[in-house]
Amino acid sequence: MKARVNGQERELADGATVAAVLDLLGAPAAGVAVALDGEVVPRAAWASTPVPEGAAVEVLTAVQGG
Amino acid sequence: MDDPLVIAGREFGSRLVMGTGGAANLAVLEKALVASGTELTTVAMRRLDSSGGGVLDLLRRLGIDVLPNTAGCRGAAEAVLTARLAREALETNWVKLEVVADEQTLLPDPIELVEAAERLVDDGFVVLPYTNDDPVLARRLEDVGCAAVMPLGSPIGTGLGIRNPHNIELIVARAGVPVILDAGIGTASDAALAMELGCSAVLLATAVTRAQDPARMAAAMRAGVEAGRLARLAGRIPQRFWAHASSPAPDV
Repeated sequence: MKARVNGQERELADGATVAAVLDLLGAPAAGVAVALDGEVVPRAAWASTPVPEGAAVEVLTAVQGG
Repeated sequence: MDDPLVIAGREFGSRLVMGTGGAANLAVLEKALVASGTELTTVAMRRLDSSGGGVLDLLRRLGIDVLPNTAGCRGAAEAVLTARLAREALETNWVKLEVVADEQTLLPDPIELVEAAERLVDDGFVVLPYTNDDPVLARRLEDVGCAAVMPLGSPIGTGLGIRNPHNIELIVARAGVPVILDAGIGTASDAALAMELGCSAVLLATAVTRAQDPARMAAAMRAGVEAGRLARLAGRIPQRFWAHASSPAPDV
């Protein structure tokens, strides 16, 4: 199935979770947050939250700014 | 701690809040942050693959508290989501709230700003809003529960200093929360003036990170903030039109 991850279309395994997407991106264990279709997915729910077909996943971290 | 800055019950020994944007690299940023003496510093939230990472490790190593911002957000909904993501990623409920109206001026959109501030306060955030130098708007932001108000001296990154000092004084005169001069600082005298006008702190980034010698300018800003604070507390003489001799009149 397909989903948009940080603006880029990605092929994911059926039933892939938010945690699986983070693995795919090589995300660090700390300092990141995830929004699924515009809603924050709390860290504790990453492993149990499936990414629906066509969903928009945003994975954010802190960068220099302000 | 002598004369600490207190925001939402948290004490800071330094009245200089730094931003991390604009530095050529992390090594330059590190020297500047150390020279500034700052204890609270902003970061932006961006996609994981963006450049400019590594800043969190640096701040942690230097023992500087992180203040996430919502830079780049154009509406209340976007700013609220960004603040919630920052809270999740950085484990802080503090946020520098920025909701800008357009890219050319980067001026705050007052209507979206108040809306976002209200929603974030309701959601348990400690909200520090970047605002126009408008005493009425500052009051509205305080009324919805913001922990500080951060009026601009002039638009972000312009280095034009404080264009309407009287408005800053009006904001200070009526504020029940700390007033932090945010944006527009160009050089150390601007930072000193902000403090002389009664601001509780100064937030700046570009003036240091894009200076020819960022660490030296950071030291200058630190000194400027301290000098301005001392002058404010000392109570300046009134300005007068005619000369007033400081020596006694001659006897002959």
